[in-house]
Amino acid sequence: MTFAPLDKVPPLSKMRLSHTAVFWIGFCVVMAVLIAAPLVLPEFWRRFLTEVLIWGLLAMSSDLLIGYTGMISFGHSAFFGLGMYGAAGALLTVSPPNLWLAILFGLAGAAGAALFVAFFSTRLRDIYFAITTLIFSQIFYVIIFTWTQVTGGENGLIFTRPHLWIPFLYDARFTTTTMHWFVLAVVTASYLILRRVTQSPFGMVLQSIRENEPRTRAVGYSVERYKMMAVMLSGLFAGLAGVLYAIQNEFAAPDFVYFLTSGDTVIFNVMGGIGTLVGPIVGAGFFQLMRELLARLFGDQFPYLIPLGVIFIVMIIFLPQGLLGFARRWLNR
Amino acid sequence: MGAIAQFFQAIPLDLIIIQTVNGIVTGMILALIASGLTLIFGIMDVVNFAHGELFMLGAYIGFVVFVATGNFWLALIGSSLVVAILGAAIQMVALRPLIGRDPLNTILATFGISLILQNYALWQFGPVVRKIPEPIDSQFTLFYLQYPWYRILIAALSAAIIGGFWLFLKYGKFGIWIRATAQDRVMAQAMGIPVPLVYTGVFAIGAAMAAASGVLFAPMVGVNHTMGLDWVLKAFIVVVVGGMGNFAGSIVAAIFISLLEAYAAIWVDPSHAVIVSFVVLILTLLFRPTGLFVAPR
Repeated sequence: MTFAPLDKVPPLSKMRLSHTAVFWIGFCVVMAVLIAAPLVLPEFWRRFLTEVLIWGLLAMSSDLLIGYTGMISFGHSAFFGLGMYGAAGALLTVSPPNLWLAILFGLAGAAGAALFVAFFSTRLRDIYFAITTLIFSQIFYVIIFTWTQVTGGENGLIFTRPHLWIPFLYDARFTTTTMHWFVLAVVTASYLILRRVTQSPFGMVLQSIRENEPRTRAVGYSVERYKMMAVMLSGLFAGLAGVLYAIQNEFAAPDFVYFLTSGDTVIFNVMGGIGTLVGPIVGAGFFQLMRELLARLFGDQFPYLIPLGVIFIVMIIFLPQGLLGFARRWLNR
Repeated sequence: MGAIAQFFQAIPLDLIIIQTVNGIVTGMILALIASGLTLIFGIMDVVNFAHGELFMLGAYIGFVVFVATGNFWLALIGSSLVVAILGAAIQMVALRPLIGRDPLNTILATFGISLILQNYALWQFGPVVRKIPEPIDSQFTLFYLQYPWYRILIAALSAAIIGGFWLFLKYGKFGIWIRATAQDRVMAQAMGIPVPLVYTGVFAIGAAMAAASGVLFAPMVGVNHTMGLDWVLKAFIVVVVGGMGNFAGSIVAAIFISLLEAYAAIWVDPSHAVIVSFVVLILTLLFRPTGLFVAPR
């Protein structure tokens, strides 16, 4: 062990500011910007930002698997979609439509899907896990697409937004601004919970599974159970994102259960930086911005996924850590 | 007992025979796709997500060549060659830099490639279904159906391609290189086998097989840009059920699953028949995660 020369030790006050304070100051600054954003942005960009946050939540949930447990899920569309349809079910069957009931139903739907996927696919590793999650999400897609009486089939379900109702405190229609704040609150809470989870002993076990699964098993952890917990947790937050998306857009459609949503989720993760939790949100923002930019430059018909796919591959080869990869250790401390 | 006897009597024998033929035909096409996939996985440890798109692109290129020349067989060969070159290019540009990294990186990279190829096809050809006419239009009578000979020809051709490839693996010089690399790549390299060239070649061969099956399949249902995902999913199921990287296993599994789906389509809607293969997959994962057609170790 080596000691730094005494005169190089920074003063105590500076040391205390070094990480925790800087992190929370940064957090507060970003939060302030996001809270203020809908007040200054025009309508279109307000919705845009809200959607980026929702996609970010979806990507963040899958980061728990990709970045922390080392399992690539290609099936997050199933959780997202079940969250959507769960919310739709609550909003269509219960009147007056209730926001919290929608969230509850959505989470229950996503939890059901997650339990199914977790039970079967966590027996497998790496590539097999990726393929089986993809296939399971496709099962849900086929069921939702063909079960027309319940799910509306190809047309999906259309419903009206519930009121933003906080018991005893607040009850009003959603405006785009309050919608944004509501989504922001949910996403922030999810981020803080996920951050806490990844720093907890449970999260440490997940990371040790990522680093060396046989050794984790040898130490005595029940790897399967931890993986199942991780998939369940990840599925719940993905379902939450689905509920938010359903409330934001007032519909549930089978397109969102389709594989492409899962693919987008993985792209957001890789672009933003896996294993950072905020990276996926940045990735979602980057992806949607590029998409909007390309659509404005070359017209709506332009196949924006071609240049984005090229960027994606280039990033995998040259920047595997993603946009926020440089800050990965710092963010997780 | 009466109920059981009634059940067996209710099975329409003619339908079963027809569906057996159908199942074997689609099974052979699936086997052709899946064997390329499992070959690439077995040699390179790469799960080629873009395999379905190579299949789809093969069908489109076959369509273009067919429109230009009017000859189906030229389309088959031309498309296989073009896609083989494309596959080699993909391997050299996107996959070679990833050798030695976590295999999950290659999944992501091939997924990116599949996105690009699929959107390119959509952009270039639009959402319209294109169709290549069958090269032979004679039919034979199968019960009350006029069954096209072409379908039988597809099955035979797929079998011939797979068989030819097997012979090539067994006796060809490059085939022996491939097998050596599959067994032990470090040793193969030490013996002077150009392993990077083998990798590129394997990817090209796999791509060509996907393209050939695309062209063969195109006259049956037509070509559109989303067919890649359906087939790659089926091929993944086949490869998992057959045992990843197991060449013979995936061929057996392809026919097995296609037959099951064909039989299921007698009783349920064909769009639900897919669920049968999902069920097979789940059962396989539960009881024989290494594959149904592999001797348990």
